[in-house]
Amino acid sequence: MKLRGRAWVFGDDISTDHIAPGRYFHLRSNLPELARHLLEDVRGDFAARVQPGDFVVAGNNFGLGSSREHAPTIIKLAGVSAVLARSFARIFFRNAVNIGLPAIIVDTSFVGDGNELEVDLAEGLVRDLTNGKEARFRPLTPQLLRILKDGGLVEHIKKHGDILL
Amino acid sequence: MSGKTIAEKILSEKSGREAQAGDLVVARVDLVFAQDGTGPLTVRQIANLGLSQVAHPETTIFFLDHAAPSPRRELSNDHLFMREFSEKAGAAVSEVGEGICHQLVAEERAAPGMLIVGADSHTCTAGAFGAFATGMGSTDVAAAMALGKTWFRVPESIRVEIRGRLAKGVFAKDLILHLIGEIGADGADYQALEFGGDLEALDMESRLTISNMAVEAGAKAGIFPADEQTRAYLAERGRTEQFREMEPAPDAAYERTLHYDLSRIEPTVSRPHRVDQTSPARDLSEVKVDQVFIGTCTNGRLSDLQVAAQILRGKSVPPRVRLLVGPASREIYLRAMAEGLLSALVEAGALVLPPGCGPCVGVHQGALGDGEVCLSTQNRNFEGRMGNPKGLIYLSSPAVAAASALTGRITDPREVLP
Repeated sequence: MKLRGRAWVFGDDISTDHIAPGRYFHLRSNLPELARHLLEDVRGDFAARVQPGDFVVAGNNFGLGSSREHAPTIIKLAGVSAVLARSFARIFFRNAVNIGLPAIIVDTSFVGDGNELEVDLAEGLVRDLTNGKEARFRPLTPQLLRILKDGGLVEHIKKHGDILL
Repeated sequence: MSGKTIAEKILSEKSGREAQAGDLVVARVDLVFAQDGTGPLTVRQIANLGLSQVAHPETTIFFLDHAAPSPRRELSNDHLFMREFSEKAGAAVSEVGEGICHQLVAEERAAPGMLIVGADSHTCTAGAFGAFATGMGSTDVAAAMALGKTWFRVPESIRVEIRGRLAKGVFAKDLILHLIGEIGADGADYQALEFGGDLEALDMESRLTISNMAVEAGAKAGIFPADEQTRAYLAERGRTEQFREMEPAPDAAYERTLHYDLSRIEPTVSRPHRVDQTSPARDLSEVKVDQVFIGTCTNGRLSDLQVAAQILRGKSVPPRVRLLVGPASREIYLRAMAEGLLSALVEAGALVLPPGCGPCVGVHQGALGDGEVCLSTQNRNFEGRMGNPKGLIYLSSPAVAAASALTGRITDPREVLP
């Protein structure tokens, strides 16, 4: 499966307080409204300008902090097709897979902000079409890939009647 | 094959197979909970599974602690939504004012050998009991509530070998801030921190503080062995029968071992906006504080209020400093009241908040103004954490916090301790 879109490049240690700030706690049962504040303290224009299919690209330890699943959920709701980072905080990574948002662990240092990216999930390849550079990544384990392909953990359980490993 | 770490022991037992680091297992959980920030989505995901029941109502809890009491109607409605679901499903609700989920789990539920999952990242707090406790998202917790089990990757463990005694004015919080400063905010990502060595000097409240912050090093769990202190704590709470031995095999394999001599730890402070950006408190004496918060699941326990009262009794906090104190549970609130701690703190100028998460999550009760500095005993100082990305949050022990409230600048408590 190949994904294509624009790269929005963020730095290291983007926390869930950056992604879904605590001051909007009261919007957690109103996700479209919460999504309007996605990453606003890091990049004020992001939520308004991100297009379906775009990528969030980051450095180390993306999604550190709270367990709020609203963070990956509003990234997905904004139309982002995958998050690429050199590393993820554990809970964010798990949450992303569970809601069906691809979280890809890959060297992102070569990706230019605003560049056009192509990501091949099955092959494990990220290509920056604007600057011609690329990097390989190890595809998700078969178990996690199945949860992702099923559309997240809820769909996975509904389809199989259980959690399959 | 080497022997098992505590994480491997518990996950083997709960999955019914010989599990070792790196394995993926499905394991049955002994306790599962969500709070008011993550609970509504958990309930909606249970509904998306086509269910309206939970597998084990008696070990399923919804805690109303993050927005307690609710500051706005959206959150009041979230509370109603969780109460209605719990009533239908038979799950327990911990009401507004009872306290913070992790403290109540410690007081009433956690015990050695348990597997605990919670939709809150600081669920790792219960690792202090020799339990495997870890935070997950709403969907994971919904699955665990619905099925009574979920999947785990068995983590590698980092051994933290402790010896020595903490010096006067130095506390468990200083140790864990120092440790995170050394290994970094992702130094234990996907791994468990397992504490061992001479733990006699670390009582249960100290261990809860340390386990609570394991996630700030990226860890999945922060686990202590169960020992005589664990047994005594459970006995004091009428839960003696929940005690069991829990320690690693002597030949357990660790990813690495860290050594800490407690006598060498100093009062330590994390600077904005990173928990792993630490300094000795004495190096920050130029930093003026506008607000000091003593409370949270990290440091809102009785011993924390005792040390704060010891420093502040008979003194006055300067008018330009706001001192907020939040007991972590109703029981702590009552005991602090009975011991005269609250009156000592209020007489010194403190404002006492109801049991709950208070200002830590940026929802209510003490949001910072632009450029304001807060010194807090909480576990996180991320940008925007206390409701304003232009606020600056420092983290410390209750002793540093109380001393700093007194002087109006970040202060090593050894300067003011009687």
